[in-house]
Amino acid sequence: MESAVPIILLIVKVLLVIGAVLTLVAYLTLIERRVLGFIQVRLGPNRVGPWGLLQPLADGAKLILKEEITVSGANKFIYLIAPLIVVTCALIPFAVVPFAKGLGLENILGPTAQAYGLNQGVVSDTNVGILFVLAVTSLGVYGVILGGWASNNKYSLLGSVRAGAQMISYELGLSLAVLGVLLLAGTLSLVQIVESQDSVWKWYVFRQPLGFILFLIAGSADIGRTPFDLTECENELVAGYQTEYSSMKFGLFYLGEYAHLLFLSALMTTLYFGGWQGPFLPPIVWFLAKTLLWVFIFVWIRGTYPRLRYDRVMSFGWKFLVPVGIFNVMATAFIYTIWLQYRG
Amino acid sequence: MEAVMFYVLAAITLISAIFVVFLRRPVHNVVFMIVTMIGLAGLFLLLHAEFVAMVQLIVYAGAVMVLFLFVIMLLNLETVNPAQDARAARMWVGALLSLGFLVLMGPVLKMIFPSGPTVGAAAFQPGMSNTEIVARELFTTYLLPFEIVSVLLLAAIIGTVIVSRKRSG
Repeated sequence: MESAVPIILLIVKVLLVIGAVLTLVAYLTLIERRVLGFIQVRLGPNRVGPWGLLQPLADGAKLILKEEITVSGANKFIYLIAPLIVVTCALIPFAVVPFAKGLGLENILGPTAQAYGLNQGVVSDTNVGILFVLAVTSLGVYGVILGGWASNNKYSLLGSVRAGAQMISYELGLSLAVLGVLLLAGTLSLVQIVESQDSVWKWYVFRQPLGFILFLIAGSADIGRTPFDLTECENELVAGYQTEYSSMKFGLFYLGEYAHLLFLSALMTTLYFGGWQGPFLPPIVWFLAKTLLWVFIFVWIRGTYPRLRYDRVMSFGWKFLVPVGIFNVMATAFIYTIWLQYRG
Repeated sequence: MEAVMFYVLAAITLISAIFVVFLRRPVHNVVFMIVTMIGLAGLFLLLHAEFVAMVQLIVYAGAVMVLFLFVIMLLNLETVNPAQDARAARMWVGALLSLGFLVLMGPVLKMIFPSGPTVGAAAFQPGMSNTEIVARELFTTYLLPFEIVSVLLLAAIIGTVIVSRKRSG
């Protein structure tokens, strides 16, 4: 029987990452409300603790203390598992996002650090990283669809059908946008993609400008951020698929939503902005700074643009995003092949 | 460790496959079918076939089953109760017949399932990722079949567009 120490350390590492992600997600709600308040020339939450820093805790306590309601006529089993699916599928992809180069554990742990990739700045460096991300996020659609269906409410059902159709459509555009990066990087591993961007000029945002814009649009549509938040637009659908959810079940949907936002920002940083690469400061600081900058930009977009009309969203996704994505992949492949031929 | 993982995944896959067949509500059936697909993807991972596992998740668990779910949700199927039939006894005849067939096929199945360590799975090269091997084989050795399948899919897409097109006039 091999030593159990590396496995225990691995579990500790996973728990630390999940804890950090959940804390950040809780504070994203505060960041969003404060920044939106700033944009709309009002204060935002500032009563609980200094600068409202304890607001997420108060929100969490309030959500837990609310009455748990299961509507009659709901399909109990599916009604219960839908929020769990959403949260699980939102948290799992963080396992493959590299947040630092190494953790500097060689001196402390010695050879144990090598086992199970304990010293790596990522939970799991798999060689199909980006496919794993796409696979797990595509499973998250089920939580939304099933939740809306199981609520036995027509607004919920409409919201979930919208959400399902929108996510499936924009996932296509997202995959096509990512394909450009994969062509240039020549790997599916997120760790190697970050390592290939070791100077600012090699960041894929400069080598894949069109792909980056496609990724930005398709990504924010895929997670249902504001110009595309047709899935819960309150003037048509009450609150979409989460209408009938209350208390912590609603809290879980909410958590899943902000986890998606954090994950999209982290993925954007990893794929197009060099991940943890940067001078002077420790890698993890760079990673967090870039990710939070993207969170800020997404909130900014939310504070700026009005919601689109649903049929426009769908026809834009299929008739514009997909053809441009295919063009981007073909152009990238063409230019890259020529460059490989003639670089001497 | 790997054996434990295999038995857990196999149990999940088989039990949810049984649920797919025997549960009465169509939506529950679809949910357990998704679980079956995820279990299969896990089994592929255990076989070091990462690429196939991920494609299994994206295509089958992600895309195909969403369409199943959409159709069932829109039809709003309630609990399905099989009609009470006086001839239900023929189920037992069927069971007996299939058992007999299994016994008959025993020698053939024994030939297909290898009893010792597998020989054919030697293609695993440590330096290369699974995805690279698949891609290389598809675009060199199996280029023609690959292209033919793509043309077939293209024909299916065009056919769908023509069938669903609105008649003008």
